[in-house]
Amino acid sequence: MSQLAFSTLAQLSAEGGDTLVAQNIFFSIIAIIMVFSAIRVVTTKNVVHAALHLVLVLAGVAAIYILLTAEFIAVTQVLVYIGAIVVLLLFGIMLTEARLGEDQNLNNNYRLPAVITAVALLAVMSFALWDQFDDQKLPEPLFDGADDPALVEYALENEPGLFDELDPQDDNYDDQVAEIIEARASLFNGVQDTEEVSDTIFSTYIIPFEAISVLLLAALIGAIVLARKE
Amino acid sequence: MLLNQFLLLAAILFCIGVYGVIARRNAVMVLMSVELILNAVNINLVAFGQLHDVTFGHVFALFVIAVAAAEVGVGLALVIMIYRNKRSVDLDQVDLMKG
Repeated sequence: MSQLAFSTLAQLSAEGGDTLVAQNIFFSIIAIIMVFSAIRVVTTKNVVHAALHLVLVLAGVAAIYILLTAEFIAVTQVLVYIGAIVVLLLFGIMLTEARLGEDQNLNNNYRLPAVITAVALLAVMSFALWDQFDDQKLPEPLFDGADDPALVEYALENEPGLFDELDPQDDNYDDQVAEIIEARASLFNGVQDTEEVSDTIFSTYIIPFEAISVLLLAALIGAIVLARKE
Repeated sequence: MLLNQFLLLAAILFCIGVYGVIARRNAVMVLMSVELILNAVNINLVAFGQLHDVTFGHVFALFVIAVAAAEVGVGLALVIMIYRNKRSVDLDQVDLMKG
């Protein structure tokens, strides 16, 4: 292995890796779609359109989770919200007011107080957020994927124990190092992957997890008891 | 990426949801607005988890999703029962407990 080439590449990736232009453009597009759809959810006169706009907002939230490198939450969001909750809400619409066109009777007389409350709340919250977090940055991945040469160098320097069993004279040494690093890339990158989330749920948070399952069961039985005919 | 861009987006969603809860008269629409609010909170949880590089932000987001599912189930059962009894889901007419 040529150490010189590695360090040059490490410098290059350190210089070019802090802009994340693509992510910011992606975020802006998603944010605009989400805010527009959310406003449509609360203002449209057609109940079914509101539910369909809600799907857009929920999909946008899933995309935001992916931007935040929380893939498992994103998949859960799509499964639970778009797959189940929106379908439930549509069932609710169909089983109650089956009025599929425009409905003039969806809003009450508190629209002005509601606007004032929402805008005041937004003003207070944005002031507090700017005041507290100003331009604080989220931590970014240190390396550019598992085949980033800088990652190999970093791993050899900081986790030498990982490579103890390998023989540096072996012809496949580089390949074996790359294999080990690929299996542990998320560890070096400081990204929480699904494995870590599941470990946390089933060790530290096992009791809240069991409580949640009992809560779901209770909610299910409660819903059946409430909704069945006498 | 800035932390604030996520938090501000969540704040905007939250306020739109609050507007919907106050201004909507149809019970199903109020439930939809509550979903907006819960999603805003979830974005915050995941963003802060990412900021401090900890896992329990994600774990609590998952718990919130589970609780939201339970809430919608019970909520819709209530709405359907109200509709069966009053032939309407207008929340202004549900004033049985008014003193």
